[in-house]
Amino acid sequence: MIPSDLHYTKEHEWVRVEGDVATVGITQHAADQLGDIVFVELPEPGKRLEQFATFGVVESVKAVSDLFVPVAGEVIESNAALLATPEVVNGDPYGSGWLLRVRLSDPAQLDKLLDAAAYEALTAED
Amino acid sequence: MVYGPHTPDDRSRMLAALGIGSVDELFAVIPPGVRARPMHLPPGLTELELMARLRTLAGHNRVDLASFLGAGVYRHHLPPVVDQILLRGEFYTAYTPYQPEISQGTLQTIYEYQSLLAELTGLDVVSASHYDGATATAEAALMTCRATRRDRVLVSRGIHPQSRQTLATYFAGANLAFDEVPLVADGPAAGTTDLAALARLLDDPARPVAGVVAGQPNFLGLLEPMPEIGRLAHAAGALFVAVVEPVSLAVLAPPGAYEADIAAGEGQPLGIPPQYGGPYLGILACRESLLRQIPGRLIGMTSDADGRRAYVMTMRAREQDIRRERAASNICTNQALCALAAAVYVAALGPGGLGDVAATGAARAAELAAALADSGAPRLHPGPYLNEFAIRVPDAVAVHRRLLHRGILAGIPLAELEPGDPSLADGLLVCATECTTAEEIELFAWALRDELGVRTGVPVAVSGEARR
Amino acid sequence: MSVTGRKLQPTLFELSGPGRAAGRRIPVPPADALDRLPAEALRTEPPALPEIDEASLVRHYVNLSQLNWGVDTGFYPLGSCTMKYNPKVNEWAARLPGFAGLHPLAPDETAQGTLELLWELEQDLAEISGMDAVTLQPAAGAQGELTGILVVRAYHRARGDLERTEVLIPDSAHGTNPATASMAGFRTVNIPSAADGGVDLEAFRAALGPRTAAIMITNPSTLGLFERRIVELIELVHAAGALAYMDGANLNAILGRYRPGEAGFDVMHFNVHKTFSTPHGGGGPGAGPVGVRALLIPFLPAPRVLREPDGTFRLERPGERPASIGRVRGHVGNAGILVRAWAYIRAHGADGLREVSDDAVLAANYLRFRLEADGTWEIPYPGPCAHEFIASGAGLKRATGVRTLDVAKRLIDKGYHPPTIYFPHTVDEAMLIEPTETERVETLDAFADALVEIAREAHETPELVTSAPHTAPVRRLDEATAARQPNLRWRPAAPVAPSQAG
Repeated sequence: MIPSDLHYTKEHEWVRVEGDVATVGITQHAADQLGDIVFVELPEPGKRLEQFATFGVVESVKAVSDLFVPVAGEVIESNAALLATPEVVNGDPYGSGWLLRVRLSDPAQLDKLLDAAAYEALTAED
Repeated sequence: MVYGPHTPDDRSRMLAALGIGSVDELFAVIPPGVRARPMHLPPGLTELELMARLRTLAGHNRVDLASFLGAGVYRHHLPPVVDQILLRGEFYTAYTPYQPEISQGTLQTIYEYQSLLAELTGLDVVSASHYDGATATAEAALMTCRATRRDRVLVSRGIHPQSRQTLATYFAGANLAFDEVPLVADGPAAGTTDLAALARLLDDPARPVAGVVAGQPNFLGLLEPMPEIGRLAHAAGALFVAVVEPVSLAVLAPPGAYEADIAAGEGQPLGIPPQYGGPYLGILACRESLLRQIPGRLIGMTSDADGRRAYVMTMRAREQDIRRERAASNICTNQALCALAAAVYVAALGPGGLGDVAATGAARAAELAAALADSGAPRLHPGPYLNEFAIRVPDAVAVHRRLLHRGILAGIPLAELEPGDPSLADGLLVCATECTTAEEIELFAWALRDELGVRTGVPVAVSGEARR
Repeated sequence: MSVTGRKLQPTLFELSGPGRAAGRRIPVPPADALDRLPAEALRTEPPALPEIDEASLVRHYVNLSQLNWGVDTGFYPLGSCTMKYNPKVNEWAARLPGFAGLHPLAPDETAQGTLELLWELEQDLAEISGMDAVTLQPAAGAQGELTGILVVRAYHRARGDLERTEVLIPDSAHGTNPATASMAGFRTVNIPSAADGGVDLEAFRAALGPRTAAIMITNPSTLGLFERRIVELIELVHAAGALAYMDGANLNAILGRYRPGEAGFDVMHFNVHKTFSTPHGGGGPGAGPVGVRALLIPFLPAPRVLREPDGTFRLERPGERPASIGRVRGHVGNAGILVRAWAYIRAHGADGLREVSDDAVLAANYLRFRLEADGTWEIPYPGPCAHEFIASGAGLKRATGVRTLDVAKRLIDKGYHPPTIYFPHTVDEAMLIEPTETERVETLDAFADALVEIAREAHETPELVTSAPHTAPVRRLDEATAARQPNLRWRPAAPVAPSQAG
């Protein structure tokens, strides 16, 4: 099920905003499409990202995919646990499989993202 | 067709199925204006004729000379078991092991190759082969730039000139910079990497260094102060690349022991014939922390659905067929069969046997050095060497030619490999291996004495000293 | 993990035992041989290499070899790889002591046989491709690509044309093409395919411009289609001041029919391990000669092989051709592989080579026709193909849930190596099938029957297909654990157990 409280990109990232902290991950749909995820490459804290900039890559056994940040901001934290256990992204993409936390710089950017209904419609086309 | 099975009937049957009268119709899509004119090639030969021509051509090569040629490619005893294994059609007519269920032979042998080379280099990650020592060296240098996100590499002039030239080509494409570290000009360390110069080149805050590349032994055959080079590199935040000769690793300290981050090298000495330049084996190994940076294939051990041990190409998503323009390297076809040769060779010799090869070469080289010094050609550099060294011969290029006409391949005139370095102008780089016989050494020494005596007309020992 | 299957082997390290090493191969060195070396340069203990008697070693490798599939064991229709028969006389030739024993730094006058052969091979490849000159130096197709694109770069720079930073590459290209462009410092611009599988001309025109250094085209393409708009494409490229690079991976389809240099391409590489039957070796070695038109000769890598007026041969000397891009590897090239390629070309002659492509294209079309006639498999690009063609399992997947991967694994049970799968990326559930010219019609028929039967199985007993292979030495592998916790070397101390997996 697609969580209703998140915002989504067309490239299958989600973002959850709590105060000025935005937590970013990939959707269950994306994780399923990629298959067994074996490696995640994430940026160092302090890096500044523009909205929709690539911030890393996620690798499965036979595919590699860019990661796009849904909102601009400075990286607070990357999910270091994924280095040892990337499979968590497959198992719990909206929870412990989160990828990145950024300091939200412009909440208005959320308006450029999809809500759950629009994202669900997008994935239905696949 | 020469190697095909089709009879005229077979072709007719296929054409009939397709409903066409001639195979030409299958090429109708080629625009008429660009269809090929007939090719002009010599008429096809029968197998008998082909073999005769090949024998003739091979006979025009002189492989019967007393050879002291080395410089990265060495004549070694080749146990026949190596080639017998390579001639298994199941190995040499297989493709890249994309279907692991029916490729366990290739996959396990390459995993074993990685393991053997990990033992020899003291580094945990070994790529499943690069083209040769020169390209492996270039890839190692590129790795240091990716890992450190710096764009400048320092390369000792003790690295083989062909490897430096290859590195230059790769670096030009990648818009990266490299500087050469000079060798010490004279004194006890002559011919080895100049540590003071290295320190100066590293000490440029505006141009931080990604990696330092040095060879052990270096291309002049000399042992380098690898631990010191590594310390200097690491103190500047750079990675340290050791370029090694694999047989020597049976007796010399391995790169892992002196804190090298990456090892590269020419694998030809491990059971691969010289064959005029290739196919050889590019060895590339690194510490586990650089695993994500190493280009080329990696084979991993895993299990199958029934829990049996099995092997597979792994970490594939780094490679060009998946990552395309963002791959670390474009390498696809590699030297898998040469890696198999190296593995069989190392296993056939065992640790003692490989150590014997290295030690015998060292012993023969010492005999050679003594004999040549007696003939008036002392070593060009005083430092320690393993099985290769440069000698000082007045008018080296001409003497080399005259010795060739007497049936001796008197090593390599350094003036030809390093034309820009006057300190090497009188140098011949010579080597010995376990295949070098006492008779060959005697012949070389005798002929050299004769040449030098005739040329100078003065006692040879004096002539050697007089040019210092 | 157990090592209990038929022919499965323990590692070399597990076969090892102290003192088991095979009999003496070389005389014992003097005990003091290394005493003259400084102690700090020496190993403190010998490497932990295995000690194995020769008989056990041979059984290890022979049993391992029997776990493999090769052209010598059966049909290998791996698209874009040209897995044709590897003639045995070529193996004999490369092992002649005069070839195998020659040192690469041997003086030219002692290397006349190999130099003559290499020079002749350069001439032959130039004639086959319609190019003006050929370098044999690149070690593999991908290195040939890098060489060719660096030559393109040097050409533009020599003209002071520094703004050309992009290489246009169709989306169906091999991954090596964009990876090569990056290595040579160029940005890749992907060109989509048109509905007919060819280059989309409008997208191509839009991308082409003063920043374009070259286009890299595989012709015939990896869809097995000759590029219908090739004349127009090359004209446009040249009009824009860019160069046309041909990826010669699929040369086996056009020998004697289309010569890229004659047809306007400026530079191309050959995969001798495809077209000219040098064996693939389980992944290599190969060789990737590069042909160029006259305007690019100054930039070719050094050294080239030259013929002197007196009929002798020599290698170029350092610096002799100052505009050269330099070396792309050590020495002159993979001469041992090039001997085999020469032998293959000389065994055929012009007529024989043309027949190679005629038969390869005929066989591919026959196999395509067999599958098309049956109707089970979708053939996305109907009509004549080159030496290979695409079949798609997308419909089968929709109907049964059985993926092309499963079909490939089931083919193993039927006694075939699977075709290339999931490539090119532009076709869903793609199988790229290349039968080559060295397979009997009976084999082609039986393979077509096997594919049809698998489709039937997918409908009737899908689990039989999705759990295949059943008869291979091992079953499907745990590739996720292999990548997440890589075990890349044997560690004698640490017992390797699947429970290590997270």
